[in-house]
Amino acid sequence: MGTKISIEPITRLEGHGKIDLFCDDNGAVERAIFQVPELRGFEKFVEGRPAEDMPQITSRICGVCPTAHHMASVKALDALFGVEPPPAARAVREMFYHLFMFEDHLLHFFFLGGPDFIVGPGAPKEARNILGVINKVGVDTGKKVIEIRKICRELMAEIGGKPIHPVLGLPGGVAKQISEETREKLKAFSKNAVAFAQFTLKAFNDIVLANKDYLDLILSDVYYMKTYYMGMIDKANKVNFYDGDIRVVDPDGKEVQKFKHADYAKVIAEHVEPWTYIKFPYLRDVGWKGFTEGKESGVYRVAPIARLNVADGMSTPLAQKEYERLFSTVGTKPVHNTLAMHWARLVEVLNAAERITELSELKDLTSPEIRNMNFKTPGEGVGIVEAPRGTLIHHYQANEKGLITKANLIVATVGNAAAINMSIERAAKKLSVNKKVDEQILNMIEMAFRAYDPCLSCATHSLPGKMPLELRFKDKYNKILRTVFRNNDGKAVSG
Amino acid sequence: MAQTAPKPKIALYWCASCGGCEETIVDLDEKILDVVAAVDIVFWPCAMDFKYSDVEAMADKAIDVSFINGAVRNSEQKHIAQLLRKKSKMVVAFGDCAWLGGIPALANLKNKKSIVDRAYIEMETVENPKKDVPCEKNKVDGYDLTLPTFYETVHKLADIIDVDYYLPGCPPTPKNVMVAINAILSGKLPPKGSVIGPDKSLCSSCDRNESKPDTMALEKIWRIYEKVADPHTCFLAQGIVCMGPATRDGCDYPCVKGNMPCTGCYGPVTGADQGARMTSALAGLVIGDEKEQALKAMEGIADPAGTFYRYSMAASLLGSQRKEQA
Repeated sequence: MGTKISIEPITRLEGHGKIDLFCDDNGAVERAIFQVPELRGFEKFVEGRPAEDMPQITSRICGVCPTAHHMASVKALDALFGVEPPPAARAVREMFYHLFMFEDHLLHFFFLGGPDFIVGPGAPKEARNILGVINKVGVDTGKKVIEIRKICRELMAEIGGKPIHPVLGLPGGVAKQISEETREKLKAFSKNAVAFAQFTLKAFNDIVLANKDYLDLILSDVYYMKTYYMGMIDKANKVNFYDGDIRVVDPDGKEVQKFKHADYAKVIAEHVEPWTYIKFPYLRDVGWKGFTEGKESGVYRVAPIARLNVADGMSTPLAQKEYERLFSTVGTKPVHNTLAMHWARLVEVLNAAERITELSELKDLTSPEIRNMNFKTPGEGVGIVEAPRGTLIHHYQANEKGLITKANLIVATVGNAAAINMSIERAAKKLSVNKKVDEQILNMIEMAFRAYDPCLSCATHSLPGKMPLELRFKDKYNKILRTVFRNNDGKAVSG
Repeated sequence: MAQTAPKPKIALYWCASCGGCEETIVDLDEKILDVVAAVDIVFWPCAMDFKYSDVEAMADKAIDVSFINGAVRNSEQKHIAQLLRKKSKMVVAFGDCAWLGGIPALANLKNKKSIVDRAYIEMETVENPKKDVPCEKNKVDGYDLTLPTFYETVHKLADIIDVDYYLPGCPPTPKNVMVAINAILSGKLPPKGSVIGPDKSLCSSCDRNESKPDTMALEKIWRIYEKVADPHTCFLAQGIVCMGPATRDGCDYPCVKGNMPCTGCYGPVTGADQGARMTSALAGLVIGDEKEQALKAMEGIADPAGTFYRYSMAASLLGSQRKEQA
């Protein structure tokens, strides 16, 4: 008789997640199901709200990446009111956005996902956290991580009111001009930011890539999946977080779509399963073929490695070098190795830091011309940005009074929903045959979805760096046969 | 070294929320290391390996303080809130969603069916010919899968369990979090049921307050995008709705410093209904000799419910007739 293994609770975006693994008679995993048990209903309750309130309301979808929602929302408002923000407003928004990308990606690397590598995937759990990272890279560096994040978020507060749920965006502009004094602070910060990003990449290089076991893990079959990829590119086909067309490449790296924001619904469709609240986006032209990979399946992936895969390169010189190094090390493009997500994230950190430098020197950055008030009758608008965790889509319709009548939100983590399910399944399948379920398996399943995170564990993480993971082996009647969980020492024990 | 008193046992939990309340703890920056050193965290699902079963195994009142953020939207959240209440000496509702319902409670202006239908059936991108919607009980390949019960309405924490203290804000600022933590660690707490924070209006500390005239006689209320707001003048004096008069002080007005009006996230002062307080504040500001004139001036408030109760819908009378007993 087959058994069911439940992993619960895992942490995720807004609340809890749960993983069920269905096993055959030999204990090998046949199917893995990742459930999201919560819905807050933003798309419905924003109906009737004034369109201009949307950037502040929708930022409450996620308190870790509020800036991504805020910015997708305000871009949707630009379209909805038919106003193009003046160059200064665009510069302010881009500056704010790159500060956010910089600190959010770094948060993930040092506090959340990075400990797996810096401290080591097999290290004791109590060491796999920011404190363990500090031990490994040195106390001064640890302090620097906290300090640089602090300064970054202080600058965000200065520009956009506050880093958690900012108030910067208005249709056709921004609320506040950047002062020359702030520009000087940004210039000073950007130098440190570039240096820190380089330092972080070097640490990744020395600690992770130079270690054959870690590199093998990244390149391992356990974390490999051929899918389509989606991401935003600028006019030169380089990675862009704030604006540009959306490109989709197939598992061979060939461009199959390049679309304008307003056309997103022609390209993306969503599949519903009754056992979870998360929807499963897929490429409409290819179709939903279930939780399967390959060219025949419409499943696509977003987030750092997807962005690098779809683009021809990075927009800044230092990041471009790192981009080239990543692809030459892995040896293929697209890169299908899920764990390369961590590396791609750091390439983007450097790109964000370099962009902060460029923007801090832009003459328009401090111009008082921050509003375009030439509003058209409110109608419909789509706004897309690249959130840290992938392509983020806000689509609104409004009545002539500018009250929202319909909203559709395809958030970044949802874009990876099917792929996360499949990555977990693949890791579980590969690891489950004739093996005792131990700490290593818990850890490796955990790593399969942590690569996509932290929006799955958004909110969650992990000063101590532990995921609450419990495997329950159940029979068909839900009777618990065996439970495996971590004790306080981080060791897997049976209970 | 002398024997020190045992560290207070702390639990942190989140219900229907965005994670901003967790992020504000990370924003304590280097101070978080002091906090972690001063307390013993016994349950924090987002960060640590303790499970529900660990909490269930604890003696009643074994936890000194549970900080719970998020509104209560489903049966799982209710269950854990009740469990933590039983195991805790003190429960603090952390942030607006737990205190007043927060942004998720705007859903109380809609019903559950319309929310589910919109998300899973009507959505432009959804392809769902069978009209499947998430169900509490499912069978996949003969195995049972379950989801928690999704409630008809969003509840504030005090609807579900007894709450000792409240921390305002969406999210509470790191500074306010430290004030609350220090108050708890030092035992210098206000009476049970208090909101931890100043009990006066935001206007009283706002640096634009001096530019607020005594009488305004506004002819028109402007929507925020319709005007270029002067960065030094009181928003109300400019005819832009600022929730300052009806909102609790304590945040250091970051939104106003960002040249945007207060939207009310620090909630009402003690005993006040935020919407009623704001309505009466505005009534005194618009030109009011003629009823029609006043009504015309108020047209700029396109969404009174969502504006005046943006963070406090679960604590308002609006929508409460539909509210089921959770």
